[in-house]
Amino acid sequence: MKPPPFDYIRPRGLDEALAILATHGPDARPLAGGQSLIPLLNLRLARPSLLVDLAFIPGLADVQAENGTVVLGAMVRQRTVERDALIAQRVPLLAEATRLVGHPPIRNRGTIGGSLAHADPSAEYPAIALALDAELVVRSASRERVVPARDFFVDLFTTALAPGELLTAVRIPVPPPGAGWAIQEIARRHGDFALAGAAVLLRQAGDGTCEHAAIALFGVATRPLRATAAEHALTGQPLTAESIREAAALAVEAIDEPLSDVHGSAAYRQRMAGAVVRRALEEASRRAGT
Amino acid sequence: MARVSIGLTVNGQAVSAEVEPRMTLADFLRDELGLTGTKLGCEHGVCGACTVLIDGAAVRSCLMLAVQAEGADVLTIEGLSHNGLHPVQEAYWEHHGLQCGFCTPGMVLTAYAFLQERPDPSDEEIREALAGNLCRCTGYQNIVVAVRAAAEKLAGAR
Repeated sequence: MKPPPFDYIRPRGLDEALAILATHGPDARPLAGGQSLIPLLNLRLARPSLLVDLAFIPGLADVQAENGTVVLGAMVRQRTVERDALIAQRVPLLAEATRLVGHPPIRNRGTIGGSLAHADPSAEYPAIALALDAELVVRSASRERVVPARDFFVDLFTTALAPGELLTAVRIPVPPPGAGWAIQEIARRHGDFALAGAAVLLRQAGDGTCEHAAIALFGVATRPLRATAAEHALTGQPLTAESIREAAALAVEAIDEPLSDVHGSAAYRQRMAGAVVRRALEEASRRAGT
Repeated sequence: MARVSIGLTVNGQAVSAEVEPRMTLADFLRDELGLTGTKLGCEHGVCGACTVLIDGAAVRSCLMLAVQAEGADVLTIEGLSHNGLHPVQEAYWEHHGLQCGFCTPGMVLTAYAFLQERPDPSDEEIREALAGNLCRCTGYQNIVVAVRAAAEKLAGAR
């Protein structure tokens, strides 16, 4: 057996889970789909004293639509996100991004909440949450709070979650009809972690100029980033090859702490970031209607 | 660490056991149930050798704890066919889809789950479906050929 020893508890309700997390503090780790946590256990990079399995808690795996928002429970499996008709229709960027998350056997177990809370800088979901201005619903034994995605991802594998807190849902505003969207990434093989990726949402005004641009980068820095300077430069401009090229160059400048490892140097990732932003903007502008 | 009672179904048989929480499903299948058809390669979710079906869906049994399989219906390579080889296994055999055989149980179960969802896939879709399974000796070409042949066999049997 590879993992270090730990205790395991299977709460049957959310309040029970939150009480356990409150009592045990940082030594207890919530277990969602396990597709990030169990590798860390097998490699002994994580040594929790207690795993709190969320899979048997009713109500954490629902997909709901309410007032222009799609709400996904934290335990919604990635495979469900990929296939859900409501998500495909209202938030196609999320469905498309899911096809890039690992492989089907990973997505059969992995959850949207687990991926967001793990905050791998190369993962797709955190960048999608940023690009779509999602809100993360966080509960503890004593309170509930809602954290905007742009305040949630703090650093490498680090979020705004405090010990005792649990991500229970993500609320995604449905983009207006006609919004253009795209996700582009560069990875060694389909399903590998991105060496550089970009998720984009665009809205076009009646005169063909860009009314709103959201550009999120992943796989290039210690956390997913919004390329705000590039977004501002594009807003009010016609979406042309020229304006897109300029925005892509500006987006690269948003990378403040570039990742650099055996899979890709900082210089390589920065160059690829420019390429994926350009491709994503081109694809999104083709999809955008007025 | 307190052991935990689990009850699950493995290849159609009800199984109950007390396990350490840290025991992976893969270790449980191999070491407790003696089902050594499930192979362990990387043990961190990269190679796909340990793929089994949980409630009909392919998963990595090294990335699942046995305690998480409470109430689950598990299918391993031993349970794929009770009467000779399954058509997917036959196709691998006939088309040299295996050489040393280590990756084969995971490859076969991945292909089996994939073909249930997509009975008539393109080669591109087959390659994408197998992208999460590493083979270090057969070569992927014949594996793709075998999966395509398996799709035809299964279509013919329907």
